[in-house]
Amino acid sequence: MTDLLELLRCEVLSGREQLDGFEPTGFFAADLMSDVLAFAHPGNVLLTGLTSLQAVHTADVAEIPAIVFVDGKRPTDAVREKAAHRGIPLLATHYDMFEACGRLYEAGHVPRRKP
Amino acid sequence: MSPDVLHRETFTVHGNDFEHGGNVAAAIKATLRELGIAPDSIRRLSIANFEAEMNVIMYARRAEFLFTITPDLISVVVTDEGPGIPDIEWAMQEGHSTATAEMRERGFGAGLGLPNIRKNSDEFAIESTVGTGTTLRYAVRISPEA
Repeated sequence: MTDLLELLRCEVLSGREQLDGFEPTGFFAADLMSDVLAFAHPGNVLLTGLTSLQAVHTADVAEIPAIVFVDGKRPTDAVREKAAHRGIPLLATHYDMFEACGRLYEAGHVPRRKP
Repeated sequence: MSPDVLHRETFTVHGNDFEHGGNVAAAIKATLRELGIAPDSIRRLSIANFEAEMNVIMYARRAEFLFTITPDLISVVVTDEGPGIPDIEWAMQEGHSTATAEMRERGFGAGLGLPNIRKNSDEFAIESTVGTGTTLRYAVRISPEA
């Protein structure tokens, strides 16, 4: 997780205490929540440009342990409250989706291949 | 209540109520966790529930979610009052959608909802009457080792 915070120069918007000692199973990037529900693996950190409540609900049902908002986007207080209630830390990066994914990939965070 | 039913609960979801979309999935997930259901079953049912909720919010006026747990099955029946689906076979194909731009801005409406529900269910059935509504039934088996 330290890796993620440094690679994407993340700002932790909420849930910092839940990030200690936490290791994601990988990363998944999408603005389409149905794609997250269909294809993300449990334990994947979500990178998204969608800051609505639906992003938090999606993370909750898909066992996504943390959300990184790309492009410097900020969720509303209502979204932050929902995320805190569901125990999902929220992070923000100024990198856009392409560069955020590229930085993670370059650092060796390669997706788990389908058999 | 039949002796086989461990838990039964009904939820109402209203059309266009984007703010509360996801609350039924969250409530059911909490109940399943309390009952010690296997995480994979919980995740699959929760995904189906959330997609079904978003479908009601996006397309119907209202719907009842009847959630039932028996010793081997978690099932949900969603009965909505809405426009109905004229061509179910068409709607069941990935990418087929009648969603508006607003729905897409919220991260849904890409034509993946019904396929996602079917993919995450062990039992799936849909019936629809145009002008009246749609009834969707899906269920996830409880694995014996859970």
